[in-house]
Amino acid sequence: MTAGSAKALALPLAVLAAFELGARATHLQSDSLAPPSDIVMALFGAFADLSILAATRDTLFSAFAGLAIGTIIGLAFGIAFGISDTLNRLMEVTVEAIRPIPSIALLPIALIALGFGYRMEIVIVAFACVWPILILSRAAVRSIEPRLMEVARALRLPPAQRVWKIIIPAALPRIFVAFRLSAGIALIVAVTVEIAINPLGLGAGIMLAQQALRPDLMLAYLVWIGAIGYALNVLLVVAQNRLFGRAAVSGDGR
Amino acid sequence: MASAAKRLDAVPGTPAPQISFDAVTLQLGGKAIIENLSLGVRAGEFLCIVGASGCGKTTALRLAAGLYQPTGGKVNFDGQPMREPRREIAIVFQDYGKALLPWRTAAGNVSLALEAAGMTSAERPARIEELLRTVGLPGHAGKYPSEMSGGMQQRLQIARCLAQEPKTLLMDEPFGALDAMTRQGLQDEVLSLVAASGATVIFVTHDLDEAIYLGDRVIGLLPHPGRIGIELAVNLPRPRDQLSTREHPEFLRLRRQLFDFIKATEQ
Repeated sequence: MTAGSAKALALPLAVLAAFELGARATHLQSDSLAPPSDIVMALFGAFADLSILAATRDTLFSAFAGLAIGTIIGLAFGIAFGISDTLNRLMEVTVEAIRPIPSIALLPIALIALGFGYRMEIVIVAFACVWPILILSRAAVRSIEPRLMEVARALRLPPAQRVWKIIIPAALPRIFVAFRLSAGIALIVAVTVEIAINPLGLGAGIMLAQQALRPDLMLAYLVWIGAIGYALNVLLVVAQNRLFGRAAVSGDGR
Repeated sequence: MASAAKRLDAVPGTPAPQISFDAVTLQLGGKAIIENLSLGVRAGEFLCIVGASGCGKTTALRLAAGLYQPTGGKVNFDGQPMREPRREIAIVFQDYGKALLPWRTAAGNVSLALEAAGMTSAERPARIEELLRTVGLPGHAGKYPSEMSGGMQQRLQIARCLAQEPKTLLMDEPFGALDAMTRQGLQDEVLSLVAASGATVIFVTHDLDEAIYLGDRVIGLLPHPGRIGIELAVNLPRPRDQLSTREHPEFLRLRRQLFDFIKATEQ
């Protein structure tokens, strides 16, 4: 750990310590707060009985499945709209009409159509993930160096090879940024669906702890969800740097 | 050559041009970029096009490549109208940095042209190695364009064009961004490559010396709209030499004539 990150950690640790001392001194009785040491103990307890691990598995399964489906759909449409101006103009109103719908507003319909469980959650996550991928991959395809497209034309590259060998690799650094954004959204939406109604995963776990008047367990879930989100982002940033280097930042594929 | 043989209207002794512009006009946004341009390029000829900036020389090259369609007149290749780019016409762009695939190695960039031509993956490595050797890049197969100098990148682009086995090579100010020494070296290499392959070349440049040094014929375009202003036959012996050719009285005479023409167009 560097001196810089140690300094950055000093303030939050001091706040936690102060809160711990304050809670102990006042014999805190609360439905929403718990001393940090109780939260840590609750987290250990949840790990020990495997309940939090099962919940993590359920949430990540739904989030990743939705992310994968949303990415495939968003990418297919995004690339098609990026290539064909005609298609893009034809679909623009439709896209702009559907896109602003908050994904969570689909919950009642999805519930009626699919019932509780993974499928309903995956559909809602996928819906949320489609849009950033679609919009950003469309922009990425449109900003491909026009000279590369001329090279493809001059070589008489067949359309499928043009997409596979020129368009996707050229747009990939920016598409990956979109994927990283969507991964964050997928986790948020999955947990939201679980908190709202779906009886599985981390969101359901946090609701159960709240209803059981266990603020320590509830906050333990909260800390754990934060840690997962953080780890997911770090993982994707590392992958991005390894795969594309600076290209991902400048977005021009060089 | 089958199509050339079928052309009964060709005058004996003067073979039908491989590329012909027949009263070609190109208008973009209501403005004529090129107007009434007629031009024939024989098979195996080295034609250079010069002119002030914005005279439409690059546009003329793009018309020859089939990347643009004329709004009036016809562009023919081997007697057939050019409706789209053809594999036997290769184009070398000036901005090699943008024309190469940055995510592919030198070998991968050459491979793209072979893949487009449908060559199997078993045949490709030997051909790639041969092409890289031809342009003086042996041992650089695994390098990415970003790891290569400007001159090497332009060589690589030329290798990719040669992979098309082109009948015609179109070159758009290919050495404009390179330093003088690299440029002279590449000029001689292009001359020997072209002599070996027998390809027709249309070479656009703003360097008048370069045009005379390389070409069999030099055409000077007049701007607004682009049209032919001067046409010079270059009767200099081949193979050309950077020192003796440039000191040749005929070279100096042509150079004077071309400079006077360009000066006049700029007034």
